[in-house]
Amino acid sequence: MLNLYTRRRIVNAIGLAISMLAMAFGLFWLCWILWTLLEHGLPALTPVVFAQMTPPPGSSGGLLNAIAGSLMMTLVGTLIGTPIGILAGTYLAEFGQRGWLAPITRFINDILLSAPSIVIGLFVYEVYVVKVGHFAGWGGALALSIIVIPVVIRTTENMLRLIPNSLREAAAAIGAPQWKIITFVTLRAARAGILTGILLAIARISGETAPLLFTSLNNQFWSSDMNQPMANLPVVIFQFAMSPYADWHSLAWAGALLITLSVLTLNIVARVMFRQKTNTQ
Amino acid sequence: MTADQIISAPKLIVRDLNFYYGADRALKDINLVIPEKMVTAFIGPSGCGKSTLLRTFNRMYELYPKQRAEGEILLDGQNLLDKKQDLNNLRAKIGMVFQKPTPFPMSIYDNIAFGVKLYENLNKHDLEERIEWALKKAALWTEVKDKLKQSGTGLSGGQQQRLCIARAIAVKPQVLLLDEPTSALDPISTAHIEKLIDELKKDFTIVIVTHNMQQAARVSDFTAYMYLGDLIEFGDTSTVFTNPKRKETEDYITGRFG
Repeated sequence: MLNLYTRRRIVNAIGLAISMLAMAFGLFWLCWILWTLLEHGLPALTPVVFAQMTPPPGSSGGLLNAIAGSLMMTLVGTLIGTPIGILAGTYLAEFGQRGWLAPITRFINDILLSAPSIVIGLFVYEVYVVKVGHFAGWGGALALSIIVIPVVIRTTENMLRLIPNSLREAAAAIGAPQWKIITFVTLRAARAGILTGILLAIARISGETAPLLFTSLNNQFWSSDMNQPMANLPVVIFQFAMSPYADWHSLAWAGALLITLSVLTLNIVARVMFRQKTNTQ
Repeated sequence: MTADQIISAPKLIVRDLNFYYGADRALKDINLVIPEKMVTAFIGPSGCGKSTLLRTFNRMYELYPKQRAEGEILLDGQNLLDKKQDLNNLRAKIGMVFQKPTPFPMSIYDNIAFGVKLYENLNKHDLEERIEWALKKAALWTEVKDKLKQSGTGLSGGQQQRLCIARAIAVKPQVLLLDEPTSALDPISTAHIEKLIDELKKDFTIVIVTHNMQQAARVSDFTAYMYLGDLIEFGDTSTVFTNPKRKETEDYITGRFG
């Protein structure tokens, strides 16, 4: 029988070894993905990518229309989803102590949060695309906003709940009505966290393919009309990568690298912002 | 001589006050008179109800669904527990400072302006004057006068607490409730605040909850000793500390209990 201390050390070593292995396993695939992406994407990422439209097979071209389309739909989706998300999240955190509405809303929001994005795409197809009779950028933005809403609701509620009750009490003690307590004190105190949530929601939707496939579809030409089918990076990558043409493949790699880099940037910005804010508090 | 006889000018009169957290009765038939422009201290072991009693004076408990108070608390003769009593107006008359400093996430200037703007429509000059007045009253002016636009959360703990006091008195309340205002502070900041309390009682009626008996002895004119939701003894501080009427009070004050 080993003594207690030696046994504890052995158990510790085994536990540490297993968790390091698990981490290495995860990192291995991540690095491999990033490496492959850089290997194929970097050579394809030429200035032409940002200057020309998606080409027919065999001719030169870029991704300008897809980049612009993605930016527009992401922007509109965020603009629709963020206010709704913040308001609903505020309701859950600040008013949701009493009654049955808040727990039910929270439960449904959790379902929405993990709903497969293809379901959301089909839903918008059914309620919007079918009604107007054609694919359109608005539909894409709408589908993306439905993905944004639950993410923003969740982060807003969580961040507001982190604000100590003593701050609410202090504002109430001075006689401030509840709407002033929320807008001037608690939302302001949670600002950095909520903004981080919004950035993460944008990162999440910038790579979504399925909701756009059924809504905005694609457009080989330049179009800034949100009422028309609209090009976007994820669907272009999907289409080009499945094709038999080598020049389409390399454009797909370039697009994949672009999306990954922008998501990475958004994540880093979100982290830096959150850290700075929490340090000064 | 009883305390009631000494108190010639009552500010708050508590009558048959009971308080409930859900089904738990946390205050039991409290009867008490808080004298005007004096310092009254509530002492007692943790959970005795002293903070609960303090929080009934500005109906802080109404933020929480399952808490309720029964009885009467008269402020200048008006029952402030009356549902018809406007809560925000009540809180303009009765300010509060909490255990942990709670500066709002805004500049020092805005921290004080926030409360003032709720009740008064001052022009810029008058508002600046009021802010200076409040900061001077709270003995913070010299330390912050050059950085009014900086965030209130960047101040030290003691400064934050004095900012909270300045914020509370800026709306010119009549009563100031202090809920263990120095328990999160170092001794030097504590001394600052105690000195300040002595100054402030010229203008305000002050009620302070404290865990620190020496503090109660130092700053207060009247002391209430509470235990398990009962008001055991109330009287002028020197009597309560040197010649308590009740055995329980004596045991607590001499450190044999609590």
